[in-house]
Amino acid sequence: MGFTREIDHGTPPALAGGKTVTLTIDGEQVTLPEGTSIMRAASLTGTAIPKLCASDNLESFGSCRLCLVEIEGRAGYPASCTTPIAEGMAVRTQTDRLKQLRKGVMELYISDHPLDCLTCGANGDCELQDQAGAVGLRDVRYGYDGATNMGQLKDHSNPYFDFDPSKCIACSRCVRACDEVQGTFALTMEGRGFGTKVSPSQGQDFLSSECVSCGACVQACPTATLIEKKVVEIGTPEKAVVTTCAYCGVGCTFRAEMRGDELVRMVPWKDGKANRGHSCVKGRFAWGYAQHQDRILNPMIRASVAEPWREVSWDEAIAHTASEFRRIQAQYGTRAVGGITSSRCTNEETFLVQKMIRQGFGNNNVDTCARVCHSPTGYGLKTTFGTSAGTQDFDSVMQSDVILVIGANPTDGHPVFASRMKKRLRQGAKLIVIDPRRTDLVKSPHVEAEHHLPLRPGTNVAVLTAMAHVIVRERLYDEAFIRARCDWDEFQDWADYVGGASRSPEAIEALTGVMPESLRAAARLYATGGNGAIYYGLGVTEHSQGSSTVMAIANLAMATGNVGREGVGVNPLRGQNNVQGACDMGSFPHEYSGYRHVSDDGARAIFEKAWGVTLDSEPGLRIPNMLDAATDGSFKGLFIQGEDILQSDPNTHHVAAGLAAMECVVVQDLFLNETANYAHIFLPGSTFLEKDGTFTNAERRIQRVRKVMSPLNGYADWEIVQLVANAMGLGWSYGHPSEIMDEIAALTPTFAGVHYDRLETEGSLQWPANDAAPDGTPTMHIDGFVRGKGKFVVTDYVPTDEKTGPRFPLLLTTGRILSHYNVGAQTRRTANTAWHPEDRLEIHPSDAENRGIKDGDWVSLKSRAGETTLRALITERVAPGVVYTTFHHPDTQANVITTDYSDWATNCPEYKVTAVQIGLSNGPSNWQEDYADHARRSRRIAPVEAAE
Amino acid sequence: MDSRDEGGVMSTEDRLIYMANQIARNLAAQGPERSAQMVADHIRDFWDPSMKRRIVALANDRPEALSPIASAAVSRISPA
Repeated sequence: MGFTREIDHGTPPALAGGKTVTLTIDGEQVTLPEGTSIMRAASLTGTAIPKLCASDNLESFGSCRLCLVEIEGRAGYPASCTTPIAEGMAVRTQTDRLKQLRKGVMELYISDHPLDCLTCGANGDCELQDQAGAVGLRDVRYGYDGATNMGQLKDHSNPYFDFDPSKCIACSRCVRACDEVQGTFALTMEGRGFGTKVSPSQGQDFLSSECVSCGACVQACPTATLIEKKVVEIGTPEKAVVTTCAYCGVGCTFRAEMRGDELVRMVPWKDGKANRGHSCVKGRFAWGYAQHQDRILNPMIRASVAEPWREVSWDEAIAHTASEFRRIQAQYGTRAVGGITSSRCTNEETFLVQKMIRQGFGNNNVDTCARVCHSPTGYGLKTTFGTSAGTQDFDSVMQSDVILVIGANPTDGHPVFASRMKKRLRQGAKLIVIDPRRTDLVKSPHVEAEHHLPLRPGTNVAVLTAMAHVIVRERLYDEAFIRARCDWDEFQDWADYVGGASRSPEAIEALTGVMPESLRAAARLYATGGNGAIYYGLGVTEHSQGSSTVMAIANLAMATGNVGREGVGVNPLRGQNNVQGACDMGSFPHEYSGYRHVSDDGARAIFEKAWGVTLDSEPGLRIPNMLDAATDGSFKGLFIQGEDILQSDPNTHHVAAGLAAMECVVVQDLFLNETANYAHIFLPGSTFLEKDGTFTNAERRIQRVRKVMSPLNGYADWEIVQLVANAMGLGWSYGHPSEIMDEIAALTPTFAGVHYDRLETEGSLQWPANDAAPDGTPTMHIDGFVRGKGKFVVTDYVPTDEKTGPRFPLLLTTGRILSHYNVGAQTRRTANTAWHPEDRLEIHPSDAENRGIKDGDWVSLKSRAGETTLRALITERVAPGVVYTTFHHPDTQANVITTDYSDWATNCPEYKVTAVQIGLSNGPSNWQEDYADHARRSRRIAPVEAAE
Repeated sequence: MDSRDEGGVMSTEDRLIYMANQIARNLAAQGPERSAQMVADHIRDFWDPSMKRRIVALANDRPEALSPIASAAVSRISPA
């Protein structure tokens, strides 16, 4: 699509559902919803009333006085941004008096503004320029002598944007964007009158302030005061392509604004239904990894991991991959090989990898990163509701009255969704947080949890069961809903179980550390506070009872009737940009696309007919089982696309041993990641900027990924898989990812209506999208659960086997931080390293004092599984007895510590509960130094000999 | 409970026994008969053939290692 700036209508739309109003604007009759501003009404009819302080993602403010209009029968010249339309109103937007007033306003602005337009970064993209032109400004009678605000110190501290106070017109759009859109409240207008200026935090520079670098202020700024450094460096863009972010499961859509094939900036797409025109620091700014020097662009092979890599041609690498896998199967059996799909790659690419494994390898040994994050969501919600996914869209939160967040830290992990949640909270919704840590959501500007239940790690099921106890014993359940929508007998069995005395809040206080009064109050609030919505993350799933916890959540939602409409539901905050899609596409060893079991004869027959082979009807190996089988000698070949199991999976020693035992490890990725240290074949992958396809976010929303530049490595990831498949004789002939999606639609009932032409017209579709739901399904289980009746499941609390004791008296839990993403493969190769340059261990002051540890000290962190060293951060955010770290840096080796305990149903690792001991250290551990040395040796690439 | 090497890693056989017992513990609230069937169904639906063969063999070789529910469940599995 060509470059057109998105129209800014000045003020937000009126709330839906009200009556309409008819008025005339400049003689033209127009009918619009009551509550629409005159400015917006004029804009919608094609009349752009001059404005500077208004923007349609911000509430009207009325400060610039440029948007004045005349209204018949009313005195004065009201601001059109703050004046709502009224029945029969007659508005004039352009009169001699209005022109005079507007010129006067512009004269004042320009009298104190630098006139370096031709060399300014915003030249051609400056609203001040535009408005000066719009009002016909020709001279500034005040002149330019006397005191001015020009010549102020510029702030270059933020790695992505500059702040030049000299160019500020004090419209306060940046401040309001930070407040209303992002919800961080990092900016303020300091001073008054001539001395007014924008101030980050307490007059600090941007980098050291509370600013989270979301860029909302930059986007809001009508001048060059806040401007992207890339725009200053490159120039203004000339075309835009809408695509989807490759970071988290929110799935923000952006306009990739280009000049030629150079990406200038990513601007959140206003029509993006997941993000509604907002973004975080990662999606908006941290895309430079695509051109990072670490990026591998040529295929490489080596006979053993002790040797340096040897660059080879694509033909050689592909042929070698195919021949190695066939050799291994001939020698060790059909089930001796398998693959891991990527949750970062597109739906089409994931589908092809699992197809290659099923059709080509002849087994079901396929798994994906959801194994280590949300596989319990798939199991738990399929069991209770019938669908392995969340029930709502993100907009639903704006209808919630009570929001319960358990085991999630959305301000760090899903920041754009967190901003919307905080907006709803500021409107009056109540918040319950169940988390061992005092996350930012518990208390931050204008947001405070009604109840924070700081439970001991590993006790989720006990706490949720106690909440159910309160709801049942106090008869707060929705009997009508349960009788209509669930199995009443199963409910009664469940109610009898949770109603037992041993499940009361009082009975579990010692176990969980949660005050019974708080727990009772939280339960009552969720059950009776109106629309109750539950949002959860890996603090729920990454436990030995992850699946049980998901089912306990579903039980609560069903018991209180909080399913099947807007504002309620069970909402897993999926982590990766396409982990939902990877699961949808059949990446699990027991399921085809659309979550149909491999033993289902009918489902299997569909794929056998389409693919022309007999398929294995037995489940395959999950990732941890592949590693076990490798150390046992029966699993020898692994194809890994876009996944770094050595860094992200638990018990690093075990992963390394498994990989080392294999004869052919293929890594298809952008960089030589930690897993590649044990690889024999490296196939360089492509980034989301370099291919077409789709991602599916946490809302089940399928959105387009559009190619904006040619792949530096030569091929899109789907093309590479096709080359491998064809080298194995599979005869694929896809010419474009749309053809792959057509095949997915033909084989997967929930995707039957998903085609690229529909995605072009609709923007996105939420599955199920088929004949029964041709426009997709924003809210699930409206008239009935997918499985028919909702299923109550008794979830008995079973303590984890990971116990603290004298040797390991503390509990370690892990999580993420805003500026980095997951293992940091992408974000560590961007300027996001300005924040969080290392993983730190959060320790409560009392635990630190007992061990003589000060902030910044090197600390050894030891568990039964292993030991590592990192620096301490003393904070009361963690409770005594609990320590916390992130896992964004490979040299931290956080997963050397985590154990191989896992969820009973899915083997999702119990990352959130590891018994540890900490102590002062004098630097990195021997393992870390040995590992760093091993990694350096493994990444050697043999020099290419010069041609004669 | 389980035997682990110095790196905290269970042997594959110990892991299979652990997994079967863990599934059984988590489904025990369904009652002995129903839980045994649910455990058997779970193993059938989610374990690959080599894992099923091995747990059946382990039930014969190390019957004391499996809990009563797990043992009852494995006895209902036909190895592929």
